[in-house]
Amino acid sequence: MADPLHVEVVSADRAVWSGEAVSITARTTEGDLGILPGHSPVLAVLVPSGVEIATPEGHREVIAVDGGFVSCAQGRVSILSEYAALGGEIDAARARSELDDLLGRVDDHEPDEELQAAIARAQAQVKAAERGR
Amino acid sequence: MPASLRELRQRRNSVSTTKKITRAMELIAASRIIKAQQRAQAAAPYARELTRAVSAVATYSEVDHPLTTESENPTRAAVLLITADRGLAGAYSSSVIKQGEGLTERLRQEGLEVAPYLVGRKAAAYYGFRKREVAGSWEGFSDSPSYAEARAIADTLLEAFATPAEEGGVDEIHIVYTRFVSMLTQRAEVIRLLPLEVVEGDGSADTGSEVYPLYEFEPDAETVLDELLPLYVASRIQYCLLQSAASELASRQRAMKSATDNAEQLIERLTREANQARQAEITQEISEIVGGAAALADAAESE
Repeated sequence: MADPLHVEVVSADRAVWSGEAVSITARTTEGDLGILPGHSPVLAVLVPSGVEIATPEGHREVIAVDGGFVSCAQGRVSILSEYAALGGEIDAARARSELDDLLGRVDDHEPDEELQAAIARAQAQVKAAERGR
Repeated sequence: MPASLRELRQRRNSVSTTKKITRAMELIAASRIIKAQQRAQAAAPYARELTRAVSAVATYSEVDHPLTTESENPTRAAVLLITADRGLAGAYSSSVIKQGEGLTERLRQEGLEVAPYLVGRKAAAYYGFRKREVAGSWEGFSDSPSYAEARAIADTLLEAFATPAEEGGVDEIHIVYTRFVSMLTQRAEVIRLLPLEVVEGDGSADTGSEVYPLYEFEPDAETVLDELLPLYVASRIQYCLLQSAASELASRQRAMKSATDNAEQLIERLTREANQARQAEITQEISEIVGGAAALADAAESE
């Protein structure tokens, strides 16, 4: 097997996670994208979702992203997202209540773009928090 | 000026109270600079990766993007001034405002109309006092800007840039910020934000000579660039805000340090004067008593 991938996950104000990985699954605008060591160079746009990273030790990290990019070249993968958060860091109950709160607001009126983005972000966080355990 | 002892003591007390305040502000600024520098460092990986990605797309695609295309005859330009919310920071805000005035003058000479966007209460106060029209202003975060604020500014500016100049949009965006060179040197600088010239690394990364691999873009280069560039703009603004915040704190620390030093000197002088006045009072009293006693003695003798 090829050398593990070197992964860096960065959000606008900090480096969220970095380390080795044997596989990465991210959801792009075109559908799920799996990256294994030796993947050809790719630069893809992400949608709000949970990115899964499998480490060589057999751990699985789930990182909530709100859009952004994944770029992979020469064994280096970087995941850029304005507000990325580790699944383990997110308070699942709070993320869930935030999502319910946002969904509650949808009933009142047609959701505008901002609200839709907020909902997508909250959904990504809830998913990451629940799977990251 | 011969001042009474009481007056001198009063003045010395008031100066030492001022010194306590300036000293406290100096220490607060000093402790916050470290935090501001850490923040700037924490944001560096994001800026670096984003610059790499933008450079990679720019290298391998011939896509013309509205954000990178120069307007043929620009008529309106936006100027974003980044100043402090609070004073007592030496020449920090005024040197940014001065640079901004210079830039505005230069743009006017080139025949451009200038739309000012302001960050920080000091710039808002300067423009407000002169009753000038302001296109947009933000305040309340000058010493600890977060990404959300940078994003808000970026969104407003991008929207203005996307609007045609005839409808109140702008063709160029310039930023005046203060670059944190070192603890002792901070320089007010002007950069052009849009149309974009992709600058390698902000001096923090050495990606200049790197050869980018032939990327596959998903869904396609155009969409990727569409998504990337606004993020890049926001990241540049965040970089400027963070640099300015560190500069503001450093100038405040320096200004407050010299204020404290001056207060110390003043206290020393006032103490000396007060001692002198006290000594003079005592001497005078003694000579009065001696004089009085001598006069009494003379009077008794002559009788």
